Amino acid sequence: MTREHSLLEVTDVRVAFGSKGFRKAPNEVLHGVSLDVREGETMGLVGESGSGKTTIGRAILGLAPVSGGEITFQGRRIDNLSARRRRSLSRDIQVVFQDPYTSLNPAISIGDTLSEPLLAQGYTSRDARRRVGELLDRVSLPADSLERLPREFSGGQRQRVAIARALAISPRLIVCDEAVSALDLTTQRTVLELLLEIQEQTGVSYLFISHDLAVVRYMSHRISVIYRGDIVETGTAREVTDNPQNPYTRKLLLSAPIAQPAEQALRRAAYEREFASAAK
Amino acid sequence: MSDPIPDSTAAIALAPKTRQVTAFRRFLSKPLAVGAAVILAIVVLVAVFAPIIAPFDPGASSLKDAFGPASAANPLGFDSAGRDVLSRLIWGAQNTMTGAGIALIVALVLGIPTGLIAGYYGRWFDSISSWIVNLVMSLPAMVVLLASRAILGPTIWVLMIVMGVLVAPSFFRLVRGIVGNVRNELYVDAARVSGLRDWRIIGRHVFIVVRAPIIIQVALVAGVAIGLQAGLEFLGITSGDTPTWGAMLNEAFQNIQRAPMLLLWPGLALGLTSASLVLLASGLSDVLGERGAPAARRRTRRNAAPAIVVPSTSVPAPAERGALLSIRDLAVSYELADGGVREVVHGINLDIAPGEILGLVGESGSGKSQTAFSILGILPEGGSVSRGSVTIQGTEVIGLAEKKHRELRGTVVAYVPQEPMSNLDPSFTIGDQLAEPLRVRLGLSKQAAKARVLELLQMVEIADPARTCAAYPHEISGGMAQRVLIAGAMSCDPDLLVADEPTTALDVTVQAEVLSLLRRLRSDRGIGVLIVTHNLGVVADLCDRVAVMQQGRIVEQGSTEQILVAPEHPYTRQLLGAALDGVDARPEWQPRTTEVSA
Repeated sequence: MTREHSLLEVTDVRVAFGSKGFRKAPNEVLHGVSLDVREGETMGLVGESGSGKTTIGRAILGLAPVSGGEITFQGRRIDNLSARRRRSLSRDIQVVFQDPYTSLNPAISIGDTLSEPLLAQGYTSRDARRRVGELLDRVSLPADSLERLPREFSGGQRQRVAIARALAISPRLIVCDEAVSALDLTTQRTVLELLLEIQEQTGVSYLFISHDLAVVRYMSHRISVIYRGDIVETGTAREVTDNPQNPYTRKLLLSAPIAQPAEQALRRAAYEREFASAAK
Repeated sequence: MSDPIPDSTAAIALAPKTRQVTAFRRFLSKPLAVGAAVILAIVVLVAVFAPIIAPFDPGASSLKDAFGPASAANPLGFDSAGRDVLSRLIWGAQNTMTGAGIALIVALVLGIPTGLIAGYYGRWFDSISSWIVNLVMSLPAMVVLLASRAILGPTIWVLMIVMGVLVAPSFFRLVRGIVGNVRNELYVDAARVSGLRDWRIIGRHVFIVVRAPIIIQVALVAGVAIGLQAGLEFLGITSGDTPTWGAMLNEAFQNIQRAPMLLLWPGLALGLTSASLVLLASGLSDVLGERGAPAARRRTRRNAAPAIVVPSTSVPAPAERGALLSIRDLAVSYELADGGVREVVHGINLDIAPGEILGLVGESGSGKSQTAFSILGILPEGGSVSRGSVTIQGTEVIGLAEKKHRELRGTVVAYVPQEPMSNLDPSFTIGDQLAEPLRVRLGLSKQAAKARVLELLQMVEIADPARTCAAYPHEISGGMAQRVLIAGAMSCDPDLLVADEPTTALDVTVQAEVLSLLRRLRSDRGIGVLIVTHNLGVVADLCDRVAVMQQGRIVEQGSTEQILVAPEHPYTRQLLGAALDGVDARPEWQPRTTEVSA
């Protein structure tokens, strides 16, 4: 079922991790998940810890084994690729991870971190240097960042470096795995704005994975809600966040407190009416 | 959108390559390590230039000079065969070093690549190589060396190659262990997604991390190799033809009655060299140690100490002090490594009435946790309250003797931490951990404590208290763990609960339950709560009053309604503006009409 403008399609994907014990059944974390991302679209994926949302991202990136179903990118199968085919795919699919403290190698300078994917794709070192300059400019980091090590940067700045690295070879799709969750509120907002701006200019698609429904709602055209390895609801951002059909989505929505005391009191009352009695 | 990067200027003001410079400087500040390095450098130079420096051929013997005394031409005298001791010592340096070098090179060549591959790829290579390594490590080195001599002959160089094989496992294990950790780091995943080949990832990202530990290990193993080599020679296992320090020791020992001084020189050379290697290794591990560690999850803030004197708070302190908790002009300072002092909380005022919930809001580095720690008297190493007053139910706690403070903690003020899991001891059951303070603090019997624990778990709405009681921390969920910690905090019936980001590590649905629990504890038991959080939604849900903190100061304080609905301070407005609660959902996706090139 190839839709028009479709870029990435994930169909009935299952992922299981072998457990360490002898003859123990493998632990399946995704039980047949389907979603798709169109060109220039942001697909939001929201779920709680252990829901398997990160695993979907890792399966698309080739970092987690796919044990069933298929993943296609621009109509071509990309699950379980050979190492060589996977490397050529890195031109099209990139990633921004959650933790800006561990996603950059502490011992490698920002300039080297950024030129690495370019050199791997066959850029000459002079072209790479020029491109790195453009990238730093693109994510509003000072040009003299090149020589510095990650520890000289704040969390928000490191996340900008990670975004620049993902952008380096002009990918079609960026998987953003909790890309702003580790950041302070104000920093988070500026990084989100940067991502939107980049999408506006380049037409890149995002698979935006987060536990925070408010952030996903702001960033995404469509949203899928994942619960314990199954997608329970998919729809436009408005449908899912204003009129959720699935009870779990409702719970997720109502349990996130908002910064308006009067409105929050109403939400809390609604939450307790609907869920607290069931919990006991 | 305009793009404020608050601390970019601070980062740019730094000189480049700070790290290398400080690592070298830190090394220079260790006199023992520097001394050791100088001695080793001399030994190595002597070894390299032995043919030039040595006044005589080390093998040239003249029997008439046997045991001859020191003279101007032979400052250390002659040995039993009438050979010049100084020349033998100098050549001994070369041969001893070469022997150790051979062993090291063999060990490095065998140990490092296999360790890298086993650590990075794991699977069958790891299983097989680990099995072989365990086998080699279980062999007694001396016995193997003796056997090798019997089979391969008494040449010292061959034996050193065998020794290299025997010490290779220590490199293998070191490298494999570190690489196994690094492989799971996100930056390695990022490099894979970037399209890097495995050998490039191993060469760049992985090797750079194991470099420092390898250097340290080399210094240690070199010491061991020199020692073992000398031992072999001393025992006379080698032919003794090559002048090495061990061979000299052997020869001197045979004549210890006649010329005891002959033992001194090779012994001294060996002792000094080995000791220097050990000292150098420990110095290096101090200096390089943290460099090789995987990314530290530490946020370094480089706010210089404020040069200008600012009014201690923008909110004037109320004259009347809060009955439950009252903070006046509290300042917290940290000692810096260079001897300076940095103030992180610049004189704040706070009050909590009995039964009141106060939210302390701010971003990372604002000093909100430091404030909470000062109330509890648990500031981390190097931090101290530099001025001000904190009273809990009228008792001043600043400067209070630790014993008195300890009595206060638990019974009057209790603490709920951010990371529930890391605050439970994995080796004891939940029941044991909750019962212990009850028995120590309240002097309850084992039975009574157990009954009370069940009661506490019931109070924090845990469905099956008896089962939770018998469970170990890894058997319960994060939300459950936080309930257990709240139960622990409530165990001695405190009046004030200090909660530092108590829901940050939890899922939102679990957070909602924990917030309900805190609200119910307040209404049922009338406890006051200071809740430190960055989440304005949590504040709106739970708090009566809010204090907003920015860079160590409270910029605005008032009722929750007042602060969240009609904020006055620009920073509060900025925080509220950054929240995404009221923002519209993104409109539906439209196919792009024009092609844009990236």
